[in-house]
Amino acid sequence: MIEKFDAIVVGAGPSGNAAAYTLAKGGLSVLQIERGEYPGSKNVQGAILYADMLERIIPEFRDEAPLERHIIEQRLWMLDEHSHMGTHFRSDVFNEAKPNRYTIVRAQFDRWFSRKVKEAGATVVCETTVTGLLRDPAGRVYGLTTDREGGEVHADVVILADGVNSLIAERAGLRPKVRPEHVALAVKEMHFLPREVIDQRFGLKENEGVVIEMAGTITAGMAGTGFLYTNGESISVGVGCLVSDFKENGTSPYVLLDRMKRHPSIAPLIADSEVKEYAAHLIPEGGYDAIPAIHGDGWMIVGDSGQFVNAMHREGSNLAMTTGRVAAETVLELRSTGKHMTAHNLSVYRKKLEASFVMKDLKKYRRLPSTLHDNKQFFTDYPRLLARAAETWFRVDGVEKKQKEREMVGSFFKSRGLRGLISDAFKVARAWR
Amino acid sequence: MSNEAPRSAAKKQLPEHFKAYTGVWVYIELERGQVHSVSWELLGEGRKLADQLKVPLAAVVLGPPDGSARAAVADSFCYGADRAYLMESALLADYRNEPYTRAMTDLVNTHKPEVLLLGATTLGRDLAGSVATTLKTGLTADCTELAIDAERSLAATRPTFGGSLLCTIMTLNVRPQMATIRPRVMAMPQRVDAPVGEVVEVPFDMAEDTIITKVIDFIADSSRDKVQLAYADIVVAGGLGLGNADNLRHVRELARVLGGEWGCSRPLVQKGWAPADRQIGQTGKTIRPKLYIAAGISGAIQHRVGVEGADLILAINTDKAAPILDFAHYALIADAAVALPALTTAFARRLGPAVRLAG
Amino acid sequence: MHIVVCIKQVPDSAQIRVHPVTNTIMRQGVPTIINPYDLFSLEAALAIRDEHGGTVTVLSMGPPMAADSLRRALSIGADRAVLLTDRFFAGSDTLATSYALATAITKIASDQPVDMVFCGKQTIDGDTAQVGPGIARRLGFHQLTYVESVETIDRARRTVIVRRRAEGGVQVLRSELPCMVTMLEGSAVVRRGSMADALRAARADVTTWSAKDAGIEDISQCGLRGSPTVVRKVFAPQPRKEKAVLIEASAHDPVHMAEATIDTLFAALPGLNAELHAAAAR
Ligand SMILES: Cc1cc2nc3c(=O)[nH]c(=O)nc-3n(C[C@H](O)[C@H](O)[C@H](O)COP(=O)(O)OP(=O)(O)OC[C@H]3O[C@@H](n4cnc5c(N)ncnc54)[C@H](O)[C@@H]3O)c2cc1C
Ligand SMILES: Cc1cc2nc3c(=O)[nH]c(=O)nc-3n(C[C@H](O)[C@H](O)[C@H](O)COP(=O)(O)OP(=O)(O)OC[C@H]3O[C@@H](n4cnc5c(N)ncnc54)[C@H](O)[C@@H]3O)c2cc1C
Ligand SMILES: Nc1ncnc2c1ncn2[C@@H]1O[C@H](COP(=O)(O)O)[C@@H](O)[C@H]1O
Repeated sequence: MIEKFDAIVVGAGPSGNAAAYTLAKGGLSVLQIERGEYPGSKNVQGAILYADMLERIIPEFRDEAPLERHIIEQRLWMLDEHSHMGTHFRSDVFNEAKPNRYTIVRAQFDRWFSRKVKEAGATVVCETTVTGLLRDPAGRVYGLTTDREGGEVHADVVILADGVNSLIAERAGLRPKVRPEHVALAVKEMHFLPREVIDQRFGLKENEGVVIEMAGTITAGMAGTGFLYTNGESISVGVGCLVSDFKENGTSPYVLLDRMKRHPSIAPLIADSEVKEYAAHLIPEGGYDAIPAIHGDGWMIVGDSGQFVNAMHREGSNLAMTTGRVAAETVLELRSTGKHMTAHNLSVYRKKLEASFVMKDLKKYRRLPSTLHDNKQFFTDYPRLLARAAETWFRVDGVEKKQKEREMVGSFFKSRGLRGLISDAFKVARAWR
Repeated sequence: MSNEAPRSAAKKQLPEHFKAYTGVWVYIELERGQVHSVSWELLGEGRKLADQLKVPLAAVVLGPPDGSARAAVADSFCYGADRAYLMESALLADYRNEPYTRAMTDLVNTHKPEVLLLGATTLGRDLAGSVATTLKTGLTADCTELAIDAERSLAATRPTFGGSLLCTIMTLNVRPQMATIRPRVMAMPQRVDAPVGEVVEVPFDMAEDTIITKVIDFIADSSRDKVQLAYADIVVAGGLGLGNADNLRHVRELARVLGGEWGCSRPLVQKGWAPADRQIGQTGKTIRPKLYIAAGISGAIQHRVGVEGADLILAINTDKAAPILDFAHYALIADAAVALPALTTAFARRLGPAVRLAG
Repeated sequence: MHIVVCIKQVPDSAQIRVHPVTNTIMRQGVPTIINPYDLFSLEAALAIRDEHGGTVTVLSMGPPMAADSLRRALSIGADRAVLLTDRFFAGSDTLATSYALATAITKIASDQPVDMVFCGKQTIDGDTAQVGPGIARRLGFHQLTYVESVETIDRARRTVIVRRRAEGGVQVLRSELPCMVTMLEGSAVVRRGSMADALRAARADVTTWSAKDAGIEDISQCGLRGSPTVVRKVFAPQPRKEKAVLIEASAHDPVHMAEATIDTLFAALPGLNAELHAAAAR
């Protein structure tokens, strides 16, 4: 007998969990299907969790969720081969009662979140891959198939929360293939160190944590960034660049990460650690313009699968949770008014997102991806120029300061020219606006 | 052992009735007329423990009345035993858990040893578990090191968590202190011709019709086409670095020329390139060959624990940084698909006409 | 047939780390799995159930989290799951573990008699291979360890024939039910449950028993108190100081590479040369 549910959620990442939790709490019969051995098993990475979006779903999460450290310090580094310069913001204000950002280890966090989903009443099935959507002649989605024997299940609505590579949506013709210039490939490692060593290296106590975001020559001229987060007993380090750039450039992400780890500013931070997890993952970075259709007759798309990532601010999981929650709330509202899950009725989902920070933020940066992609000087010339300028400025060598100023300005002009400098500034400003 | 909670609080307070337990016993594993070499290794190790405790070392021989048990007793003295306990009975012809457990527990209850050592073989582990449970005493499995502490207790050290850690385990307040010991870890003692010493013959009083389990056949390994990995002196194995299933043939050919066995890492079994009985490692076979050649295997801890006992490990890998270089003795930085056939040809040539290449 | 399969949830040893200072296991972030050996036993039990009918009950002793492993066993096809969880069990060695499990099996058998108990050959964390024999002894079941295959079960006569791995060969044993069997690794390919199994497992209740629920009256036989063995110290193995010696040979000249390698091996293992020749002559 083929079972039927009110809703099926595909995937148990932050977006799928948010959706399944909200739906189950709302009293619907929910089936969630995850291909990993358990939720989070495919997400072996440390990450940053933005509290606010989770708080809206599970207000008491701070008491239960496996959180690593709350972030009290943010560094933004510009790196060339030898140096780093940048800002460094650390504040005791972040030691607040309800901190705003935490580092988490996804494998654990996802598992916890999934437990909440089960407690809320959803049926969660793991080690099962969704292989396709079932559509009636009119195109309405009424269920799906999985790779298990007797794998067909039906539902009024299917929510695709299956991550950046959403093959299901692509196969069902609901969205086009993701373009290489719209996804970044990030590689990441977990460097395990005793808690005390991490505290000492970063000047931390209790559960305080640090985030370092990096740009510059570490990406070998490609559009991308690097990062380092402190977890409880490990440090996550990683670097990501657009897939299209990797293709053009011929460099492998592993080579980049390796080089980054040997950078004199980073090596001492991770020295003597034991590397255990190595993960490569795609991040959708196409921004607003890359968002596909996110709803239709009997289906919705949430999270990375819908390209909901703010690359500039490294926000992904929060958009995932928000889109998951909003999609679920839309379904609940339709149900309570006795409406069907038609494309027309589900369009409320998109409207709600347009009215929220999700679409507004993504719109704000809609030009950034292409600007950075087309202007590689941001990842080559500028870091080097800045580093050389700082080096000139700080070196005490009997050269008069005026002369130093002239040299610094000169080097910028020589490299980019006046027009280049002005247009770069203009480009960034426009993309940022 | 599921919990490594510190039990340092546990102090030695040996109950009075256990104080009479004395002497070190080694179980001599006799099967089908053959003594497993681990038994001699244990006599060598047991000698050291007994000397330290200043107690006698005894061999325990259980077997059929066909002379093989007596021969084993004689050999025991050559390997250092002071005394031997012998139980001869037709019921003990083949190893079976019921009569052997009964024989061993009777012997222990009557003659009260303080230490009882067995080889960590299939037989030793099957028997030790039943005996220890019957005697309600502690048993430390698969040890790699034995010592006597200041309070005259046996300190048995063994790998745990798949080899990531070692732990030292004691049985403080119960006797005997039991341990099974991995074959090929302890040194083989020198055999010295010695006259038969004190033999304590103990009658075995079970009746065959009370023993439920019957051996209806024994298929010796030599007579069947079964993988002999665990016992092979030379093993050649391949991993994912071979690139494809077809390249496994190079592994098989080299093994054949060397008169050894071939094996593989787990992913090859998972991919269906090789049958499960060829897998080497934690969830596969543990091997202790003289020479192990690992081609295109990275050397993950689960693989490592299965091969560490090899006398000599040669890694063939394209990656100088592969973890296998941390425990291999020699490494050839080369493409396995090239190096393996080259080695096969070169070995065949050196070994002369007796070895012919396939095809 | 009523078959009980004992499964243990263990940390995935692939991901285990040792704290460099305290030498304790760092469990943080280490996923847990069903002890891989137990899956071969589970598969053997399911195959017997499929052939002879009956019920497969999976049993585990461990923290509440171990319910996840039991649920996974249900999704593979087991019918029923029981979790033994109690603070009294903490620190159990194999003697105490077999006591608790055997008592629970007796309790399970009071509803429906148990014909067979399956255990894994050994665990990947404890690695002792003692719990199965311990259970057998306590229950008075016939003990069949290192079984390659269960050949036949005659339910009328209550006999069972198995092939058991022994040193130097395979014993074909005839025994009787009830018996305790541990399966050898690689004895079968573990099946994947159907979608219906997966759904059933996701919804199933895992019966959770405390020591008392399981009918354990003598707490002194459980946990630390019931464990005759004492862990004195836990430490990291000495890493081998030297890395592998690289064999100097031209990567472009396979012949030279092979010759250099063979020379190295012969020099390192005196006697290898002679042994190979002797073997080749045979
Ligand atoms: C290296 C890296 C660092 C990041 N750092 C941050 C950060 O610090 N902060 C932040 O907010 N965001 C970060 N992100 C982004 C964030 O991880 C994602 O935006 C977020 O995980 C998206 O959630 P999701 O639920 O949409 O998708 P996912 O988390 O990818 O979950 C999708 C799930 O669906 C399952 N699935 C896929 N296909 C199928 C199928 N066919 N059948 C069944 N199941 C299926 C997958 O196994 C997976 O569990 C980072 C991303 C990367 C790669
Ligand atoms: C619970 C558990 C139990 C496990 N049990 C086992 C077990 O019993 N046995 C086991 O083996 N594994 C086991 N594993 C898996 C283990 O963790 C590793 O994944 C596995 O051993 C890796 O196999 P590999 O070395 O063949 O492949 P990889 O790790 O992919 O390594 C391939 C190697 O080949 C090298 N290489 C690539 N190309 C070439 C070339 N052309 N020539 C030469 N070298 C090349 C590479 O540099 C690399 O070092 C287990 C894992 C778990 C979680
Ligand atoms: N805590 C436990 N719960 C259930 N079964 C167990 C437990 N510990 C051991 N076993 C069983 O006993 C077998 C041998 O374990 P061990 O003696 O620890 O190597 C395992 O493969 C399991 O089948």
